[in-house]
Amino acid sequence: MRRIRIGAGAGFSGDRIEPAVELAEQAGLDYLVFECLAERTIALAQQARLKDPEAGFDPWLEERIEGVLPASLARGTRIVTNAGAANPEAAARRVAALARRLGAPGLRVAFVIGDDVMAALRGSDLPLLDRPGTVADIAPAMISANAYLGVGPIVGALREGADVVVTGRVADPALFLAPMVHEFGWPEDDWHRLGQGTVVGHLLECTGQLTGGYFADPGRMDVPDLARLGFPFADVAEDGSAVLGKAPGSGGELSPRTCTEQLLYEVHDPAAYLQPDVAADFTGVLFRALGADRVAVEGGTGRPRTETLKVTIGYRDGFIGEGQISYAGTGAVARARLAMDIVAERLRLAGIEVAELRRDVIGVDSVLRGEPGPADEPRDVRARIAGRTSTLRAAQRIGREVEALWLNGPSGGGGATWSAREVIAAASVLLPRSRIQAGFAFVGA
Amino acid sequence: MKLRDLAHGRAGDKGDVSNISVIARDPADFAWIARHVTAERVKRHFGAMVTGEVRRHELPQLGALNFVLHGALGGGVTRSLALDPHGKSLSSSLLEMEIPPPPPRG
Repeated sequence: MRRIRIGAGAGFSGDRIEPAVELAEQAGLDYLVFECLAERTIALAQQARLKDPEAGFDPWLEERIEGVLPASLARGTRIVTNAGAANPEAAARRVAALARRLGAPGLRVAFVIGDDVMAALRGSDLPLLDRPGTVADIAPAMISANAYLGVGPIVGALREGADVVVTGRVADPALFLAPMVHEFGWPEDDWHRLGQGTVVGHLLECTGQLTGGYFADPGRMDVPDLARLGFPFADVAEDGSAVLGKAPGSGGELSPRTCTEQLLYEVHDPAAYLQPDVAADFTGVLFRALGADRVAVEGGTGRPRTETLKVTIGYRDGFIGEGQISYAGTGAVARARLAMDIVAERLRLAGIEVAELRRDVIGVDSVLRGEPGPADEPRDVRARIAGRTSTLRAAQRIGREVEALWLNGPSGGGGATWSAREVIAAASVLLPRSRIQAGFAFVGA
Repeated sequence: MKLRDLAHGRAGDKGDVSNISVIARDPADFAWIARHVTAERVKRHFGAMVTGEVRRHELPQLGALNFVLHGALGGGVTRSLALDPHGKSLSSSLLEMEIPPPPPRG
């Protein structure tokens, strides 16, 4: 049975670049995928684009492509990435320009369009998911709205010979599914193989989280040579089954246990993992160790896709002001709590409107709440107070009140820091497919 | 004993929903874990941190449970005031849960 090898070169914008280069140079890839978009990344990129029409894509795009391009050109590896963020066309032009500089003027670079659905949402009263309200409630503050596209436009670009495909918002697994659909000609209603291919794409989309990253717990779950963690690839067969591997000689662990953790990562109902191309079913998935760092994956399937696509809306949602200060020694926790009570009281006395105020004692209850902490008082703690406001000035006032604890708070406070920022929040809606027109084009065409 | 002694897991986020996998280190312990780590117990474990319902999905062939916690992320990752807005550390918290030791296997 024919197989293709697809590698994972980035699982988020801030991912490491060296393992992607290692994979491109060592693993003999047919395709290399860079997934670079978190929920609100496009909203932030859209703000950059509004200031500069040539901006609005992933800041590490060129460094990533430059790192892997020599090996990709030598081997004929084709690249798919959603690093285009809010401006896939400008990103694609940058890649083409980079290729010319590196002596590959013939590189065919395509970009995907149509995920931006701001216009389609104008005047909409579609209900928001996961919270009360409709699009109309946040419309005045809306910065971006992007539908999660499926494989269609990427497959089209590959069919027409693209060496590199740059997209904006596309469902993460679809970045990997597209090469499979292109190579094997899977029909768009072959739910079983699209489901199994989605399993493979989902496993790969967070790179090192499949190969022993985000897994180690010293003494309990040890992972060899984590500092040199290698990125994964999949050898996908025509029937959608796959064998997973990682860069030869790299660190990390690829095993059924690391695969199981990643299979369920960011999944709700494993029987219905809703994607633009298929409702994938993970409940029959099986992992089989084939030897060191080789794992077979099979048993995924799927059912017909839904009639809507998920859209993520980025919108301005007020401001957050935050300050921190440390206390040490006996009574540190009590002094930290007193400090935060003082700040809350001073904000109230000054008439600063704060919609929500959160108090944390870092070292005691800042991430875990509602359960007993350690019996002994920690040697030092950090008070952290954060509040939501409608103006930047009010957010700054929260931070300044924490800073003022230097001279005006409990004994022994040190290392005060503060910040204030605008909140770009993300909300989601489901948009009928008929409202979305996706396509692709080539740079220079 | 702590759940951590029998299982490992990972937390993921989407909007204001957290999902936490609980995976038996030894598949033979899966049934015991599934018996004691119910959706109700998980809801109680997190108390006021989780404002919505908790659902459990089972994947016995992988020795895994998947818990879906609604209203667990302070209004959503992108607007939460929390230091860990993604709730990444919720998996470590869940693995602190006390459960009875499994009976000896013959």
